[in-house]
Amino acid sequence: MHLLGTRDLARDEAINLLDIAEDMAAVQEREVKKLPTLRGKTVVNLFFEDSTRTRISFEAAAKRLSADVINFSAKGSSVSKGESLKDTAQTLQAMGADGVVIRHHASGAPHTLATSGWIDAGVINAGDGTHEHPTQALLDAFTIRRRLHGAASRGRGLDDVRVVIVGDILHSRVARSNVWLLTTLGAEVELVAPPTLVPVDTAAWPATIGYDLDAALAAAPDVVMMLRIQAERMHAAFFPNSREYARTWGLDDARFDRLPGTTMVMHPGPMNRGLEISARAADSPRSTVREQVANGVSVRMAALYLLLSSERGEA
Amino acid sequence: MSERHLITGATLPTGERADILLDGGIIAEVGTIADAAGATVFDADGLIALPGLVDLHTHLREPGYEQSETVLTGTQAAAAGGFTAVFAMANTFPVADTAGVVEQETSLGKAAGYATVQPIGAVTVGLKGAELAELGAMARSRANVRVFSDDGFCVSDPLLMRRALEYVKAFDGVIAQHAQEPRLTEGAQMNEGALSGELGLTGWPAVAEESIIARDVLLAEHVGSRLHVCHVSTAGSVEVIRWAKARGIDVTAEVTPHHLLLTEDLVSDYDPRFKVNPPLRRTEDTLALRAALADGTIDIVATDHAPHPVEAKQSEWDAAANGMVGLESALSVVHAAVVETGHMSWADVARVMSQAPARIGRLRGHGEAIAVGAAPELTLYDPAAASVFDLDRLAGRSINSPYLGRSLPGRVVATFHAGYSTLANGVVRDAGEVAALALAVSNG
Repeated sequence: MHLLGTRDLARDEAINLLDIAEDMAAVQEREVKKLPTLRGKTVVNLFFEDSTRTRISFEAAAKRLSADVINFSAKGSSVSKGESLKDTAQTLQAMGADGVVIRHHASGAPHTLATSGWIDAGVINAGDGTHEHPTQALLDAFTIRRRLHGAASRGRGLDDVRVVIVGDILHSRVARSNVWLLTTLGAEVELVAPPTLVPVDTAAWPATIGYDLDAALAAAPDVVMMLRIQAERMHAAFFPNSREYARTWGLDDARFDRLPGTTMVMHPGPMNRGLEISARAADSPRSTVREQVANGVSVRMAALYLLLSSERGEA
Repeated sequence: MSERHLITGATLPTGERADILLDGGIIAEVGTIADAAGATVFDADGLIALPGLVDLHTHLREPGYEQSETVLTGTQAAAAGGFTAVFAMANTFPVADTAGVVEQETSLGKAAGYATVQPIGAVTVGLKGAELAELGAMARSRANVRVFSDDGFCVSDPLLMRRALEYVKAFDGVIAQHAQEPRLTEGAQMNEGALSGELGLTGWPAVAEESIIARDVLLAEHVGSRLHVCHVSTAGSVEVIRWAKARGIDVTAEVTPHHLLLTEDLVSDYDPRFKVNPPLRRTEDTLALRAALADGTIDIVATDHAPHPVEAKQSEWDAAANGMVGLESALSVVHAAVVETGHMSWADVARVMSQAPARIGRLRGHGEAIAVGAAPELTLYDPAAASVFDLDRLAGRSINSPYLGRSLPGRVVATFHAGYSTLANGVVRDAGEVAALALAVSNG
C-alpha cells in the first residue's frame, strides 16, 4: 500500500485515515507521546528537494510511532553527483527500508518509485513537483473538520463546507491534492487566481474557477486557503509585480475584516507576509496556521501507521 | 555479383498477384515467371510486396552516441522494419554540419550494407540556431545532401529560417523544420491540456507547433522555397498545412507512426517509454492526422526512430530522454492506424512510406513502383500475422519501444536491398554476409 495522491482516495478511506489521526492527536495530549506501534520498522525520509518543515513533521511522526528514521537528503549526497532515482531506491532497498517518504521536484517520481519494482517499501508522497501533496491535504481536511466539529469529528466528512483556495493553482501540488480530497469529502471548492496561474483546461476538475477574490469572499466561505507565491513566478510574466498581486489576490487587512468571524484562514506555509496574506490575518484567532503544523504530525502518524501496519498484515 | 531472387505469388500494392525476379541489380521481371534458373525462390503467397520503405527521419546516433545506436545497428533495425533507405538526422556528435561528417556517415552506411544511408545536414552550425552551416559544401559532397534539418531544435529565428529556405534553392534542397516555438515550450513535458494540469507536468501547447508552421509556410511562400515539416502532431497543424497547400505553397509534411496510434493518456502512469517530442496528443489529433495522411495533406510517414540506452528511460518522467525507436514497428503501426481503420490502401502505404519520402528527399534508386527495370528494393509483409510486439522484433541497439507488450497486426517477413536479401523470414541477415554483398555490388 502506498499513499501517492488524493486523486484516487475513496471517501471512506480518507475518513478512516482522519479518524486514526484523531487517535494519534489524542496521544499527543499525553505526557508520554510515543507509541510502540512501528518498533523495528525503518522509515526513510528521501528528500530531493529542501523542505525542513515537511521533513521534520514526518520525522516526528515516525519517531512517535517508535520507527527508526533515516534522513536522506539528496543535497550533498551521491544524488547531487548524478546518482539516479533507481540506484538510490536500490540502495534503500538493500538497507531494508520498510517505508519511504519521498519529496521530489519531478511530478510522478513517487509513482515511479512505487511501481518500478526497484524497492519493496511502502511509499508516501511528501510532495512531487506540481502534482500532489496528499498529507498536506489530509492535514488541511483534518484541521477544517476539527475546527467545525471538535471532539465530534470522528466519522464525519466535510459535506457542504465551502472552501476558497487562492493563489498559484497552476504550480501548486497543495491545491491539486486539496481539490480532489476536499470534494471527495463533500466540500465545495472554488479556486481563485490570476488567469495565468490556472491550468489551461480545468473543465474536469470538481471545482469552480474565478478571478475575483472579492466576489469569492463576499459569498462568506467557511474556509479561505491562501497559497504561497514562489519568488520565481515574479519574473516570468505570470503577473506584473508583487504589489499588483498583493492588491488583487492577497488577503490584506481590508479583505480579512470583511470576512465573517466564522471563516477560518488557512495557509500551508511558509507564508509571505504582506504578499499573499497580511500579518493580522495570519496571526488572528481565525488563522489555523499553527494548528495545521501540529495536526500535520498526527496525520502523518496515521499515514505511516496505515502504510506499515497493513504491510505487516499482508506478510 | 549480386544475388538472384525469385519471389513467387506476391500481392502487389495494386492488389495484383505476381512473381518478381530480382537479377542483375534491377527488378528483371514482374508477372508470371515460369523459370529462373539459379534463383533463390521465395514463396510470397499471401504476402504484400511493397517498394523498399524509405524513412525520411531516422536517428542513427553515430558518430558520438554509439551506446544508443550505430549506423550498422540502426540499419539492421531498418531492415527488420522493411526499410531500404534511411535519412540520418544531423544531431550526432560531432553534429553533421560539415561535408566531412556527412561523408563519413555515407561511408559507414555503404560498408554496413543493410540500407542506403542518406545523411541530413544541419541547418545551423552545431544546431545552435545562430549561423548557417556549410549547406553548399554538404550538398556538393559525396553525401549529396538535399535535406537539411536542426531536428531536436527548431530554427526559431525567423530571419535565419528565411535565409536557409532561400539558400538551399541553389541545389534543390529542402529545410525540414522541427516546429517548436522554444519560449512556449520551456520545460515542457507532455501535451498541454486537461491531463497535464492533473498530472502536474509542464505543458507543450499545440500552438507552439502550429505557430511555427504558420510562420514557415508564409516564409516559404514569400521566398518561393520548398519546406518540409517534421513530425506533425496536432489537428491545428493539419489545418494550417491544408490551407498552405490550397494556396499553392510548396510544403510537405510527415507524421510519425506513434502520433497516428498513441495518445496522451498513456502518460498517466509516468512511464517514460511514452515520453517523446513532440509529445503524444489527444485522440482528436490522432484522428485528424490519419485523415490528413489519407487525403494527402500530410505526405509521408516518417519514424523519428530515436534510440536511447535503458538508463535514459529508467527514471522519473522529467529526467527521462525524449524519443522512441520506431523502424521495426512502423509498418505494423501504420497497418493498425490507417489500413485496418479503412483510411488507406496498401498502394497508399507504398506512396507514403516509400515513393513520397524518396521524392521529397531527392533520393534516386528508391521509391520506384515495382516494375521491370526498377531498383531492386523490396519489402514483403505478412498482413495476417498479428502478434504481441516483443523484444524479438527489435533489431537495433536500443529497446525503448512504446509497443512492447502491445498487440500489433502484421509482420515484415523479408527485405531486399540492392538486389540482395537483408531480412529473411523475419530474421536479420548476418552482418558479414551483408557487408560482403554490399562490397560486391559497389565494385560492380
